Amino acid sequence: MNDDHRITGYGTLTAVWLGLIILTALTVGITRVEVGGYKVAAALAIASIKSGLVIAVFMQMKHEGRLLRWLLFVALLTLAIFIGVTFFDLLYR
Amino acid sequence: MTHQAHRDDFGARLGMWLFLFTELLLFGGLFLLYAAYLHRYPGAFAEGGRQLDWIMGTANTVILLTSSLFAAMSVTALRRNEPHRAIALVVATILCAAGFLVIKYVEWSAKFSHGIYPGSEHLKNAPPGESLFFGLYFVTTGIHGLHVLIGGGLLAWIAKKIGNGTVTGDNVVLLENGTLYWHLVDLIWIFIFPLYYLML
Repeated sequence: MNDDHRITGYGTLTAVWLGLIILTALTVGITRVEVGGYKVAAALAIASIKSGLVIAVFMQMKHEGRLLRWLLFVALLTLAIFIGVTFFDLLYR
Repeated sequence: MTHQAHRDDFGARLGMWLFLFTELLLFGGLFLLYAAYLHRYPGAFAEGGRQLDWIMGTANTVILLTSSLFAAMSVTALRRNEPHRAIALVVATILCAAGFLVIKYVEWSAKFSHGIYPGSEHLKNAPPGESLFFGLYFVTTGIHGLHVLIGGGLLAWIAKKIGNGTVTGDNVVLLENGTLYWHLVDLIWIFIFPLYYLML
């Protein structure tokens, strides 16, 4: 019953946490200096990398099979379509 | 009557993930509103964003990331049949949740004392973009705060179940699902933080 392959060691988890903290410091650093419109793109890109780390390691998605991965993809795609279609309307009305 | 209870761990996790997807769309809708109004009132949003305390926002980000580390570690501990360590880690997660809410309380109190709260005279007389910004700020961080409260309660209930031996190393799925919910709370904050505190 105790499927060992699903266990993520303390070392891996701590390394991911350290990565998340460094990325947070990076976002704060980038957005404190004035780099114009790039800071929005940079902040959102870093947030996406951070959420990828949380989903893959903390939420164990790397241990899950195809079904859950596809469902996650479909959920994110749905959200992306909502956002994309809304902005298509907003920008070209 | 004694019989082997039916168990479907994958089904339980699948159900939890499906629920988390609906949560994603809930907050996704709020982020979409934010993006649409930022597009319409960029100046007022920048003005509003400058009034938020990015140091407190950063502190809360670090607290939530650390709480997620403790939550993930608690699953590892329980799978390695170390229930006492698992309980200690879940309690550490809950303490982080409490710390987060204290900082949130201080932040909201400071805004209230400056007359910034939903429906206040100050916001009624402010430009429309600014009252929209703070309206969205209070709704988004309010619903998120509610999730922190619910997540903390859920984890406390699960810690009790680890204590009385209902949730064990051979039956971790309830703890896994509880921590999945907790990580979602962290995940949402990962986006609230740059959107409201940093990039404006």
